Amino acid sequence: MTTHIEDHGLLRFLTCGSVDDGKSTLIGRLLYDTKAILADTLSAIEKTSQKRGLGAVDLSLLTDGLQAEREQGITIDVAYRYFSTGTRKYIIADAPGHEQYTRNMVTAASTANLAIILVDARKGVLTQTKRHSTLAHLVGIPHLLVAINKMDLVDYDQAVYEKIKADYLEFAARQGIEDVRFIPLSALNGDMVVERGEALAWYDGPTLIQILEAAPAAHTEHAEPFRFPVQYVCRPQDSANPELHDYRGFMGQVESGAIAVGDAVTVLPSGLSTTVKAVQLGGRDIGSAITEQSVTLLLADEIDVSRGDMIVKTDEAPTPVKQISATVCWLAETPMDRARTYLIRHTTREVKAKLAAIDHRLDVNTQEKLPAEKLAMNDIAQVQFKLAHPLFADPYKANRSTGAFIIIDESNNNTVGAGMIL
Amino acid sequence: MSATLTQQPLSHLDWLEAEAIHIMREVAGQCANPVLLFSGGKDSICMLRIAEKAFRPGKFPFPLMHIDTGHNYQEVVAFRDKRAAELGERLIVRSVEDSMKRGTVVLKHEGESRNKHQSVTLLEAIEEFGFDCCIGGARRDEEKARAKERIMSFRDEFGQWDPKNQRPELWNLYNARAHKGENIRAFPISNWTEMDVWQYIEREKLELPSIYFAHQRPVVIRGGAIVPVNVPLVSGELTNLPKAGEAIVELQVRFRTVGDISCTAPVESDADTVEKIVVETATTTITERGATRLDDQTSEASMEQRKKEGYF
Repeated sequence: MTTHIEDHGLLRFLTCGSVDDGKSTLIGRLLYDTKAILADTLSAIEKTSQKRGLGAVDLSLLTDGLQAEREQGITIDVAYRYFSTGTRKYIIADAPGHEQYTRNMVTAASTANLAIILVDARKGVLTQTKRHSTLAHLVGIPHLLVAINKMDLVDYDQAVYEKIKADYLEFAARQGIEDVRFIPLSALNGDMVVERGEALAWYDGPTLIQILEAAPAAHTEHAEPFRFPVQYVCRPQDSANPELHDYRGFMGQVESGAIAVGDAVTVLPSGLSTTVKAVQLGGRDIGSAITEQSVTLLLADEIDVSRGDMIVKTDEAPTPVKQISATVCWLAETPMDRARTYLIRHTTREVKAKLAAIDHRLDVNTQEKLPAEKLAMNDIAQVQFKLAHPLFADPYKANRSTGAFIIIDESNNNTVGAGMIL
Repeated sequence: MSATLTQQPLSHLDWLEAEAIHIMREVAGQCANPVLLFSGGKDSICMLRIAEKAFRPGKFPFPLMHIDTGHNYQEVVAFRDKRAAELGERLIVRSVEDSMKRGTVVLKHEGESRNKHQSVTLLEAIEEFGFDCCIGGARRDEEKARAKERIMSFRDEFGQWDPKNQRPELWNLYNARAHKGENIRAFPISNWTEMDVWQYIEREKLELPSIYFAHQRPVVIRGGAIVPVNVPLVSGELTNLPKAGEAIVELQVRFRTVGDISCTAPVESDADTVEKIVVETATTTITERGATRLDDQTSEASMEQRKKEGYF
């Protein structure tokens, strides 16, 4: 017996909301109803639910991770959860909701292609809802899904749902958020999550899981130029095989676009051009590669290429830049020091950088742009950097891979900031 | 500007494989002296296939290393040596028993599980060889504490993991920088589940140690768990002897995880092929570690505790 199932690939999504919105319960419900929770885990949370004097099994206990979190009953750090419907695999980034965890939400959002923004039907669109939406939009998540939860506590009233939807759409229009959908649900009872249930008969849209199943995967919606940052160079000179003496394989992941044997390419920063002689995986020719594939490229001419270089198609090369304007989220407890030099990691390239200017800070609660002198943890600001060496970047809006960078403090090697090039 | 057309998404296994290759190459590109931990278990067998896809026709840019508790199944040890030889890669073995001889590991009693003591031997080996990064096959779906661990996880000079002070990890921009004496643990298959591992083994036709498949084995039932008894060590000596009064039965079993003999229990199963295991995994009702790891059941937070002490 072989197991061949239809494969719609993988979707990474983010859930944001606070404990009170029922986020953990929603994730628990998704895992439970798609049978991703196994009997022993369930019996462990049954025991804990009883210990805490809860009547029904508390599905939110499934997502409690660390000891400190269990003690305080809150989520501090991003947790990753997995489930599969048989046709698609899902990675949930579960981000904590409080304001002081903005950096965690930015982290979780960085890899997501869809965000579920939870709204408590009793409370409607709150400051927190706007903050989460602003961040999700800022980090370039293309699809937002507003899940109006706890419908059971407002008697499944359609008018409540419509009011929240109208309020949110007004906010979204002001922020330029375009791709947004709405769904009413009760995570507690499971209505409209995986099963439709009986209580929301007036809603004729798809269930949450149907929306997830149909959501576009990353890199499938817009044409993107070919970008191949070189991670590692393979030169097996000491091999006993003489055919390999001149082998030079440039290893990396296709960050965007596609490549095939014969394509004209340019290597940056040298600017030298040649053609692709072979596309390989594990030393075997595969002829071509598409976005997200990790491959090895062999070039027709002998060109000096090393880690940190980028191979692009000759007719769609980016312009090298030595000054960048970017939206930055500061992640470290120590505020940014304007006098210091930091290291910017962009694709596989590292360059030294100095802050040239802070244009403004963004208040994520009010969406106001305010003047700022410094950057502290969780601050989001538009800034200018001067770079010691050029980067081969695209605007983040056009390309989330070659528009993103992290800021590293060389004194302790910590990742202290996240940036998106404007 | 002739941007390329949009594409169909990769299948989930292709996506996971490509991500894992990317992570291994980042380790190779960023770290001066990494090592890949290879136990002969199914996850690390997948890791070797990923390394082949990442680095062939070159040699791996790291040696393989096994921290041997001295209480490993013969079949797994033999498989470990055979696989390393087939690949032509260097295998380092460091043993918990050597740490015991040095006095750096002291068992509370003769029968105590040596699994958690691997941390000591691992840290000793890291120091001996000056490794700046250990690549491991741990997965986030295995256990609660793992769900919050980074793909590149920083450890201080004492090998400790500080869950409240982890480096933020954004996009696919991994920060594997560390000062001398500090260490990075890299987990290329973080995002894989047990099912993904079995589907990958099936797709890649990977060979496994025989004890992963259904076989007859003498066991006793102890505290509800199936405990293998009279298990021969590499030396030929028998371990896991039954306690007085325990009745030995022959059961058809297979292992879902393979580790130290004293703490890995098999499950009853008829699955004698990878295809049958995939089906069984899809329909099972018990988690991988819940069924088979006697050490994780000690306390709800036991994995987190061990990781803080330097465990993988």
